[in-house]
Amino acid sequence: MITLGFVYVLAGLAFAAFALLGLADRSNPKRFGNAAFWGLMATSMLAGDHLGDFGNGLLVLALVAIAGTGQIGRAPGGEVPTDLQAERAAQQGNVLLLIALIIPVVALAGTFLFKWVPGLADPKQATLISLAIGVLIALAVGMARLRPPALLPLQQGRRLLDAVGWAAILPQMLASLGAVFALAGVGEVVGGLIGGAIPEGSLFGAVLAFGLGMALFTMVMGNAFAAFPVMMAAVGLPLLIRHYNGDPAVIAAIGMLAGFCGTLMTPMAANFNLVPAALLELKNPYGVIRAQIGTALPLLAVNILFIWLFAF
Amino acid sequence: MLVLIGIAIIIAGFLLRFNPLLVIMASALATGLAAGLDIAAIVAAFGKAFNDTRYVSIIWIVLPVIGLLEAYGLQQHARSLIDRMKGATLGRLLAGYLLLRQALSAVGLTSVAGHAQTVRPLVAPMAEAAAEAKNDALTGEQREEVKAFAAATDNVGLFFGEDIFLAIGSILLMKGLLDGYGYQIEPLHFSLWAIPTAIAAFLIHGFRLRRLEKRMAQKRMEKREAGA
Repeated sequence: MITLGFVYVLAGLAFAAFALLGLADRSNPKRFGNAAFWGLMATSMLAGDHLGDFGNGLLVLALVAIAGTGQIGRAPGGEVPTDLQAERAAQQGNVLLLIALIIPVVALAGTFLFKWVPGLADPKQATLISLAIGVLIALAVGMARLRPPALLPLQQGRRLLDAVGWAAILPQMLASLGAVFALAGVGEVVGGLIGGAIPEGSLFGAVLAFGLGMALFTMVMGNAFAAFPVMMAAVGLPLLIRHYNGDPAVIAAIGMLAGFCGTLMTPMAANFNLVPAALLELKNPYGVIRAQIGTALPLLAVNILFIWLFAF
Repeated sequence: MLVLIGIAIIIAGFLLRFNPLLVIMASALATGLAAGLDIAAIVAAFGKAFNDTRYVSIIWIVLPVIGLLEAYGLQQHARSLIDRMKGATLGRLLAGYLLLRQALSAVGLTSVAGHAQTVRPLVAPMAEAAAEAKNDALTGEQREEVKAFAAATDNVGLFFGEDIFLAIGSILLMKGLLDGYGYQIEPLHFSLWAIPTAIAAFLIHGFRLRRLEKRMAQKRMEKREAGA
């Protein structure tokens, strides 16, 4: 049976290849830092389960030390010239598009296949495993059809990853910070503060505090999942559900979506907001957040209104 | 109260634009110390969480495929497809992607599309081409805004589609939490109550996409008048 372990091995090999190719790139003055950084990520993917908690912690400290002291960076250039790209695009045409679509199509088909046919792959991780298989198939078809130099996919992949840089591990770092926050009981303290700030006897005031609290605490934590239990314990359960007899399904469902509006507005949700800015090579790292605020704020107001209208 | 120091460090660190990895580590250490943990325990807790969340970083395995296809002109091809479609305006293109992303997420297919898989190789260059069809001289700033909106559209579609799916993590979290409080609720009820917001998200973001399209087209006339 295929498990997430297979995907971790694949990712570990990819990071190891990026590290070695980075080390060999003499045009980059920061090649040793790059190689160490991606080499540590390869180690984490391949051997993380054998390092122990403290060992993994030391690995993270090393990653932070390398990136935090500015030891990683990208070499200039390396792209295929635009006119050559255009010439090849005219030759290959829809073949390129079809290969690109292999990844989502296999992810889609595999998700259903692994759920319907038990025993092939871990059904809980069906989409991630299918995505990885899709990558392998797309790569095989691409190599066969386009006949590029053998190392070209890894070299170009490395160039794209170097452009993203340390932001590539920001989402994983923030998720880990959330675990430390939970351990320290940060949520309970924030919930108590917000719970204490609500004017007594005002239903709309309580709904407003719940909705805004979900959005604000999500912005701080970068994740609505972290905000939800806290705001439910502080406001949702004692006030909205028990005191005002609100419908718990509405309060929970739309409260979570109010939190998602916060996700659209915070750099803490790095994988959604900062990573795409790096991936699209935007000059402003907050460009994606700026484009989202105009949707997030009115939608937050709508969510608060929906809770008030539908739950009571 | 003292444990909130970690939040203060995060906010200050992001505002002062220190390296976020350093800020996160400082915040974790300060929070743990404030809660009475010793340094070794904090490092171990962080390391365990880092190892448990490795799946977050596996998306980068798609980069060799994207790099290969881009070297052979995928972005140019995506652009030329839009150039040939007469009805493909910027607003319609992104609104169509928004609807597709919401629909796929609503049936649980959240990882099928995404910033690395679809936005960078396909949606962003197509959006640029659609904007260029109405404004042949996009400024660098306009190009940035179009690309940022392509990424934003992916996020809005994902966030306000996924909660309609029964077996998504957030629904399971809601069910688990309310079970603990003594309220037995079928996951379907959470799913249904995600639909009004999904519709509102499509309308609000779709309206903003139309305005983006108009804004991108308008500047061209201004420029022409200025040139004439």
